[in-house]
Amino acid sequence: MNKKNVYMDHGATTPVRQEVLEAMLPFFSELYGNPSSLHAKGRDVRKAFEEARRVTAASLGVEPDEIYFTSGGTESNNIALRGAAKKHGSGHIITSSIEHHAVLDVCKDLEKQGFSVTYLPVDKYGLISMEEFESSIKPETFLVSIMAANNEIGTVQPISEIGAIAEKHKILFHTDAVQVVGQMPLNIKELNLDFLSLSAHKFNGPKGVGALYKRKGVKIDPLYHGGGQERKLRPGTENVPGVIGLSKALELAVGELPQKAEELAKLRNRLIEGLVRIDDVVLNGHPEKRLPGNVNVSFKYIEGESVLLSLDLHGIAASSGSACSSGSLDPSHVLSAIGLDHQTAHGSIRFSLGRGNAEEDIDYVLDIIPSIVDRLRQMSPIRKESC
Amino acid sequence: MYNEKVVEHFNNPRNVGELPDADAIGENGSFKCGDTMKIYLKVKDGIIEDVRFQTYGCGAAIASSSMLTEIIKGKTIDEALQVSNQDVADELGGLPPLKLHCSNLAADALHDAIANYKKKQGSVVKD
Ligand SMILES: Cc1ncc(COP(=O)(O)O)c(C=O)c1O
Ligand SMILES: [Zn+2]
Repeated sequence: MNKKNVYMDHGATTPVRQEVLEAMLPFFSELYGNPSSLHAKGRDVRKAFEEARRVTAASLGVEPDEIYFTSGGTESNNIALRGAAKKHGSGHIITSSIEHHAVLDVCKDLEKQGFSVTYLPVDKYGLISMEEFESSIKPETFLVSIMAANNEIGTVQPISEIGAIAEKHKILFHTDAVQVVGQMPLNIKELNLDFLSLSAHKFNGPKGVGALYKRKGVKIDPLYHGGGQERKLRPGTENVPGVIGLSKALELAVGELPQKAEELAKLRNRLIEGLVRIDDVVLNGHPEKRLPGNVNVSFKYIEGESVLLSLDLHGIAASSGSACSSGSLDPSHVLSAIGLDHQTAHGSIRFSLGRGNAEEDIDYVLDIIPSIVDRLRQMSPIRKESC
Repeated sequence: MYNEKVVEHFNNPRNVGELPDADAIGENGSFKCGDTMKIYLKVKDGIIEDVRFQTYGCGAAIASSSMLTEIIKGKTIDEALQVSNQDVADELGGLPPLKLHCSNLAADALHDAIANYKKKQGSVVKD
């Protein structure tokens, strides 16, 4: 079998689409003005920039003045969580134990500043319980932040139910939708969301640019102070080419939904079915409530990095949920939270599909994997009996 | 991330498997959480005649295991005892700093095997 290059790490990042690149290019050359300048060079760019905001908002079904451009998912999360915390001064925050570090570590830091935080546990599929969520709400709770879908295991949370409970108890609701925007249909206005974070490089846009949706009327304190851009919430001269790229990529991605999501889910299911047919391979995450492009499996008795390296030698790019490179052998907080034993967690591999993946890529991976798994299992001192 | 030599050893590891008539077996690591190596030695007249290994672990762990078996084959027990974690990493042409701890596995498993071998020899002499 000929070596192919197969990229299945779209959860980490995605390639910029040609149309997006082309939309961005003029803003690196002739359209170089500062959007805040009064002269024609500046005004032309301001016009394009605000048009990008309008397109972004329209793609999300929200108002343009509810969109704040940022440097990505991490910054959007920080602005929302820290901004709400700063405004409230003290109180209680609810989040989940499987959030991305861009939420989890913000919450840990807010704890150091005197806020109290509940980290909701998840079941073996990665779902939080609505009962547990509701009963964790205290009079001083002002914010709940639950990711729309998990980046490692792909589990999609019931954010509409979470939103309804948040509304009933009058607490702010933030969702990190970095893995969802552009990949699944999303109706922000039906979800009682106060904040939503997104990042362009996860939907074939450029890296280092994202947005925060903040519902009109919701007040938070800014973290930065400066020239007053983005209505003072995220000052600093705008990343114009990035924002142009974000809006173009989002418009294209959302325009292709829901068909694209259905196509991806078909590919995903084909890959999952093929993988779990191999002995001692288990699916991590939820069988149905999962991102259309996410496949996460554990290969028992072998270690994830050795699988990744073998895949890489065959031109296949994937990622692993655990790494001994951190110096500690602890598996990721997500795999621990869903209750995987160390061994199973260490054998976890994520294949994240996206634009450009086709059936033949799935079949190539499924052709290659059994021999990789066999070889590594032959080498391993760990066998079924000893576990 | 890894140099060519490491990748080569990962891809074509030397001396993989078990030795049914091993004179000593050594182990290192935890079966529960992380890299684990098992090493089998065949010793004759104080010389390591044959060696096999089994490793559960990352690329660095597997490559280090393979490299170690190459280094010690044909060496005396006492020479083999001198082989350090650093020697294995050096022979591999270096490892990423965060992966150095993975290479410790191999020499530590060897030292465990030699300790077991000496214990056995000692008890034979005593009997
Ligand atoms: C769920 C989630 N949140 C946040 C981020 C961070 O986004 P960015 O890289 O744009 O800062 C990521 C990216 O890996 C993610 O998957
Ligand atoms: Zn390792």
